Amino acid sequence: MKLDNALGIHPQMLQFHSARTQVLANNLANADTPNYKAQDLTFSATYNSVNELHLSQETFFRMPFQRSENGNTVELGVEQAKFAENVMNYQTSLTFLKMKISGLKSAIEGR
Amino acid sequence: MSFNQIFLTAGSAMTAQTIRLNTISSNLANADSVSGNKDDVFKPLKPVFASIYNNINNPSALANDIKSAQVMVADVVQVESLTQKRHEPDNPLANEEGNVFYSGINVVGEMADMMSASRNFEMNVEVLSNAKSMQQSLVQILEV
Repeated sequence: MKLDNALGIHPQMLQFHSARTQVLANNLANADTPNYKAQDLTFSATYNSVNELHLSQETFFRMPFQRSENGNTVELGVEQAKFAENVMNYQTSLTFLKMKISGLKSAIEGR
Repeated sequence: MSFNQIFLTAGSAMTAQTIRLNTISSNLANADSVSGNKDDVFKPLKPVFASIYNNINNPSALANDIKSAQVMVADVVQVESLTQKRHEPDNPLANEEGNVFYSGINVVGEMADMMSASRNFEMNVEVLSNAKSMQQSLVQILEV
C-alpha cells in the first residue's frame, strides 16, 4: 500500500482548490482591467483502477450575467462568492486530510 | 501549490489601485484650477490597466500549473478632451480675449472612481488574508 493511496483523493482535491484559488485571485485582481476575461477551473475524475481516482483540471471562461462597456467579464459579487466557496472547500479538504493522517498515525502507534 | 503567485497577483492589483487612487487625488485637488492658456491647464489623469499573464506559453511548466494574471499600470494618460473654455473677462488669469480654461474634471465621477478603487483594494487585502490563512493551516497539517 502506497501512502498516496492511503490518503485517498484528498491531496488531489487540495491541489485543485489551491489552483482554483489562484484563478479566482486572478479574476479579483483584474476586476478593473479592460478586456480581461474571467476564468474558472473545473475538474473531471477518471478511475485509473478500482480504487485509484485521478483528477484532471481544466480552465474555462466565465459567462457573465451582464455585458460591460470595457469588455471585462469579472462580476465582483459572483467572484467573491466563488472565492469564499472555494476557501471553504479547501478547508474541508484539509480537514479530511488531517483526519486521514491522524487515523494513520493512531494505526501506526497502535493506540 | 501556487500560493506565492497569489500573493504576487494580489500585491500587483493593490499597487495598481494605489496608483489609480493617486491619480484621483491629483484630479480632485486640481479640479478647480484655471489657466489662461489651453495647453497649461491641468488635464485629468487616467491610469490604464493591463494584465500580465505568466506561464501562458511556457511548455516546461507543469500541466497543473495555473497561469497567474498580474495587474500592471500600462500607462497614465492625460485626457485632453475635457478642457472647458469659459468667457470670464474679470478673471486675472484671462487671456486677451477674456477667456479662461478649466480642467473640466467631473468631481462626482472622480469620487465614484475613488470608491471603486478603495473597494477593490480592500477586496485584494481580503484575498491576501485568505491565502495566508490557507497556507497557515496547510503548514499546521503535520501537527495533528
